[in-house]
Amino acid sequence: MRLVAAAALAAFVFADGAVAAERPRCGVPDYLLFGESPLKRVSAVVATQKRLQIAVVGTGSSALAGPDGPPSAYPARLETVLGQRLTPVAVKVVTLLRTRLTAEDLAKGMDKLVTDEKPNLVIWQTGTIDAIRRLDPDSFKSALEDGVERLHKGGADVILMNMQYSPRTETMISVTPYADVMRVVAQHFDTPLFDRLGIMRHWSETGAFDLYAVGRDNVLAQRVHDCIGRAIAALVINAGKLPAVPAAQAGQ
Amino acid sequence: MVADMASPHTSERDRLAMHSPVVTSTGRDLRLDLFRGLALWLIFLDHIPSNVVSWITIRNYGFSDATEIFIFISGYTAAFVYGRAMSERGFVVAGARILKRAWQIYVAHIFLFAIYLAEISYVATSFENPLYAEEMNILDFLKQPDQTIVQALLLKFKPANMDVLPLYIVLLLLFPPILWLLQRAPTVALGASATMYVLAWWLNINLSAFPEGVWYFNPFAWQLLFVFGAWCALGGADRLGSALRSPYTTGLALAYIAFGIIIAFTWYVPGFSRLIHLPVWFEDLIYPIDKTNLDVLRFAHFLALAAVTVRFVPQTWPGLSSWALYPAILCGQHSLEIFCLGIFLAFAGHFAMVEVSTAIWMQILISALGITIMTGTAALIMWYKTLEGRGPTTRPKTTNADLAGGEA
Repeated sequence: MRLVAAAALAAFVFADGAVAAERPRCGVPDYLLFGESPLKRVSAVVATQKRLQIAVVGTGSSALAGPDGPPSAYPARLETVLGQRLTPVAVKVVTLLRTRLTAEDLAKGMDKLVTDEKPNLVIWQTGTIDAIRRLDPDSFKSALEDGVERLHKGGADVILMNMQYSPRTETMISVTPYADVMRVVAQHFDTPLFDRLGIMRHWSETGAFDLYAVGRDNVLAQRVHDCIGRAIAALVINAGKLPAVPAAQAGQ
Repeated sequence: MVADMASPHTSERDRLAMHSPVVTSTGRDLRLDLFRGLALWLIFLDHIPSNVVSWITIRNYGFSDATEIFIFISGYTAAFVYGRAMSERGFVVAGARILKRAWQIYVAHIFLFAIYLAEISYVATSFENPLYAEEMNILDFLKQPDQTIVQALLLKFKPANMDVLPLYIVLLLLFPPILWLLQRAPTVALGASATMYVLAWWLNINLSAFPEGVWYFNPFAWQLLFVFGAWCALGGADRLGSALRSPYTTGLALAYIAFGIIIAFTWYVPGFSRLIHLPVWFEDLIYPIDKTNLDVLRFAHFLALAAVTVRFVPQTWPGLSSWALYPAILCGQHSLEIFCLGIFLAFAGHFAMVEVSTAIWMQILISALGITIMTGTAALIMWYKTLEGRGPTTRPKTTNADLAGGEA
């Protein structure tokens, strides 16, 4: 609700209603998606080598179950959309997902990831398990700082990605303190934050998706992941200042 | 909320008492009840997620929120009530009463935990959506009820939004010796409290939680607010009186509140952070604003709010006897029951929104209904207490500590 009120106010005061992402369903206002933090390593490697190696590090909410899960989860969608929009750059997305791991667990594996996969960009999705277990926000912050430092040292840009907006569990999982910490760490390292929480809340409030829905099938989840993949692609292009084909012309 | 409380203007108060349904002749400062009642309403509103009405609550306009008000007033009231008991009946009797109160709060907390278990079990069996497979890990603890329930009884396992009462319990358990010292050497007691606060920050002292981590409200940090409230009740407010009446204090407090509003707007109003561009060193300095350890910015924000409130709302303010504020005063006078009810109503309200509608009219309806139920229940509790001859307006002759003890 906060965001509806805030967005209405913003549109009114700042005429800030420009829509960044592709289709109306996936619409995300600029202020939710874009910041001022650059992706310098991404810019350089795309300009000089015409390739982009991305690693998604995260937990369960970066994957979808079932046989059609992996190709419809957001990492695969990101690879497809970004590849189309950045033609002829070769875009490759690898995923390193481990369920139920905290930021601290994930941070430990960052050195190995950098050596093994040599990514130019790491999208680090985290925070959910930390919020569920109510870990000390201070330790969460140190773990994030540790992980981002290791990645930067290893030559990769970083996008931090926060939790999903999950309206039914809002009274049970208190995500705000952890989302705040992630914003602080992103600011400190001048690295982009993909505000999945704010963006999904925006989709819920504008009626783009019914995130209260109950059902076993993957339809809603696949559509949401598709939109997340597109939004991350838009963020990478914007923060990396990459010469991209507009979404509409890329056959989206 | 601070000044003048220990020096009631007797004649004025008695005059008001004759015309008012709520003013008592016991020296009870109705501003405490009023602001505690308002804090309880704000805590209720803040605990309903995605609630448009929570935009009015103070946490959106600065660093501190209703928790600070609640803990400060609780400290003030505890000292006021048990301080008198300790002077009249001695350390053992007053200490025993304080522990009894801690026990009541413990029972209330466990009751809330049972309600939480019911809610989460319902979600576990009724909600299925592959998008949220990861979030369903919140149900993991249901797989080991042996551990979880025991840890909950030990106050180590605390679900979200259920952290205030455990803090309150620990504060009360530590309170008898602090009160003893406050009555003899108030400055030393306040100094010791401030030292504890600094040590908690410096050495990272906190209680451990289950399954990992630490308490969300660090009792060793938050005790400062509670002890400061108690210190004010036992004469500290008088000592601060002249400073609080100074226009410089008011000006400084207003400036700090304005600063808090500007910073808060950079969080919530998109585009505002581009207008007001905070330098990176400044952001590194103030963020994150640590609620767990009662960040200095939060504490200072509460002090500023309190200073301004005391300046513009005197104890003799006629509004305190108006019918319009009576519901909040009534809720503030039965704070434990109404606090628990508020937590439950926030759960229930969110549940109703999920099941029925999340439209704005529903959010407003749930908020209004919740506050009405809180007020109605407070009236009912007062009626019961009047029947038993211990309502706030009819105090027993032998001792008056029980009543207020029941509300500390």
